[in-house]
Amino acid sequence: MSPLCITGYSVACAAGIGVQSLTASLRDRRTGLRPNDFTDAPLNTWIGRVPGLEDMALPPGLGEWECRNSRLAWLALQCDGFFERALAAIDRYGTDRVALVVGTSTSSIGATEEAYRRLLPNGLYPEDLRRSIVHTPHSLGDFVRAALGLEGIAVTVGTACSSSAKVFAQAERLIRLGLADAAVVGGVDSLCGSVLFGFNSLDLVSPEPCRPFDVGRRGISIGEAGGFALLERDGERGPWLLGCGESSDAHHMSTPHPEGLGARLAIEQALSRAALQPGSVDYINLHGTASQRNDEVEARVVTRLFPPATLASSTKGWTGHALGAAGIVEAVITFIAMQTDLAPGTLNAQHLDPFCGPQVIVDNQATDIRIALSNSFGFGGSNCALLFGKYRDG
Amino acid sequence: MAEHGVSNRTAYVHGIALWAPRLPGWNAAAPVLRGAAAAPEQTAPRPAATLLAPTERRRAPDTVAIALEVAARACESAGADPKETASVFASAHGDLAINDYMSDTLARTPTLISPIRFHNSVHNAAAGYWSIGTGSLQPYTALTAYEDTFGEGLLEALAQAESSGRPTLLVAYDIEARGPLATIVTSRGIIGVGVVVAPHAGLNPLARLRWGTVRGTAGTASQTRNSELMAGSPMAACLPFVEAMAIEEMCMVGLRLSPTLLLQMQFDFPSRHEGNWP
Repeated sequence: MSPLCITGYSVACAAGIGVQSLTASLRDRRTGLRPNDFTDAPLNTWIGRVPGLEDMALPPGLGEWECRNSRLAWLALQCDGFFERALAAIDRYGTDRVALVVGTSTSSIGATEEAYRRLLPNGLYPEDLRRSIVHTPHSLGDFVRAALGLEGIAVTVGTACSSSAKVFAQAERLIRLGLADAAVVGGVDSLCGSVLFGFNSLDLVSPEPCRPFDVGRRGISIGEAGGFALLERDGERGPWLLGCGESSDAHHMSTPHPEGLGARLAIEQALSRAALQPGSVDYINLHGTASQRNDEVEARVVTRLFPPATLASSTKGWTGHALGAAGIVEAVITFIAMQTDLAPGTLNAQHLDPFCGPQVIVDNQATDIRIALSNSFGFGGSNCALLFGKYRDG
Repeated sequence: MAEHGVSNRTAYVHGIALWAPRLPGWNAAAPVLRGAAAAPEQTAPRPAATLLAPTERRRAPDTVAIALEVAARACESAGADPKETASVFASAHGDLAINDYMSDTLARTPTLISPIRFHNSVHNAAAGYWSIGTGSLQPYTALTAYEDTFGEGLLEALAQAESSGRPTLLVAYDIEARGPLATIVTSRGIIGVGVVVAPHAGLNPLARLRWGTVRGTAGTASQTRNSELMAGSPMAACLPFVEAMAIEEMCMVGLRLSPTLLLQMQFDFPSRHEGNWP
């Protein structure tokens, strides 16, 4: 495929608000995880909570979308000069020629949970939450559309933990076919009871900070995050989107295919669309949730597909698993890795599971990173692999 | 500023399916949609999710049951092999019944959340069951665009078909809102639409579409004569499309993508040209 230029990007997560802050956390190996202080009912786990969201306010005119998820979206839009870049692109191309494709797992379900906690005796919602848009999953896309003043294609993708990776693939199609000239992609997921107690019900949350690929890993740490990227056909400098691959496992709703069949298909398709060989990949940001099954299956796929010189790590020890926002957060982390020529290691891992090949690194490692892959896999067996390049020609 | 292309792209509809409480299946729906028959007063029971194992079938959420039904019928109608067909699942609200259950349980006994209901709460649950049930490794996506979900879902299916050169399945559905959520979110009835679109005519296309995006406005609520059959559902937005498919006469249909952008489709039918396209 013809590469697309990423002409702007932003991130807000527990390990850093803004690219500069996240870069420093990655370099200094400073986790954003902390003991769960989010839920009223006790839940023994660690979370990636973005500080200060409670005290934020949305600007006038966007009050209809008021909720934690919109506040996090607004914060991420304001980071790294993204808002201004996006507005400049919209000015250049037209309000209906910049597509909006954003991903989320639970959108603003936290607002619905709050309404149910505060139901009036007559069974009605409290008045401040009687806003239908925050009780439906397009809440995220609709908010960003309104915030940026967009008037074109505007979609919220919900494929669980692959959501904000798949948005790159969808936007690439729209631009390639001429249905849009540029696209704002990204994703936002905020902490809520549904995911904390939901993953708890599946015995998937860790009582300690998550340790991806560690032989003694005990599950995931859930985080919240938001991030955006601006995709255009050309730009002065990268990073560049070189390839995307999408597939399904056709196996199980909440566990990956035992041989990682779908994961392998997605990675191979991304490589093939970029006309690159596995040996060209310098760094892989793994999905690496620290669940038993994901890490085992993913490690095996990487061992089988890539040469020992390719470095691979999971950065969820910094951010937590941002679910529907994991794709965009980890895309931004691969941009940072290419920008700084530093492959982040796997924070919190001490003794790697023997399933890991030589690719998986624990410590940060300085190295020239020209081509990087980012993996995202979701419930329902939805897989997406994105291939990014420091340069257009790979 | 680049202009939107007028209807300068071509696609073919290879298969169609529809299910609504008073339109249970395409064969029952088509005569009603073209005004040749009255809709039954009786509402049909929810379709059985026959793709699933009998134990899973009974406890399948409404979203899964309706989505699997129209997905299977659309593929049958197109003669498309689900294993070879990428899919786009589009639902404005997702599983409103599970959202009601989750929010209610979280307010009372959060640690008693059902793990199955939790993994069924993801927006791509129906898509996941479809992929598992058919053994399809082809990619699917699951999306929402609130009141514009049907139009955006169809646009994405058309874009995928044109981009891949292969048939693509659209599965669009919404279910009834429940509990306190129903006081805020309007969604009535279980309604699903399945469409298989492809970039080439193949052996037996049902319709040809000349399509593109154009600036223009359309209401969000469909105002066709069949509106009452889908009243209160975000899927009522599909009516202009399914009516055009049922009437089988050349026509132009615009589906809303945003308040000022339309997916415009010029319909033409092989039966009007004895199989020879003009």
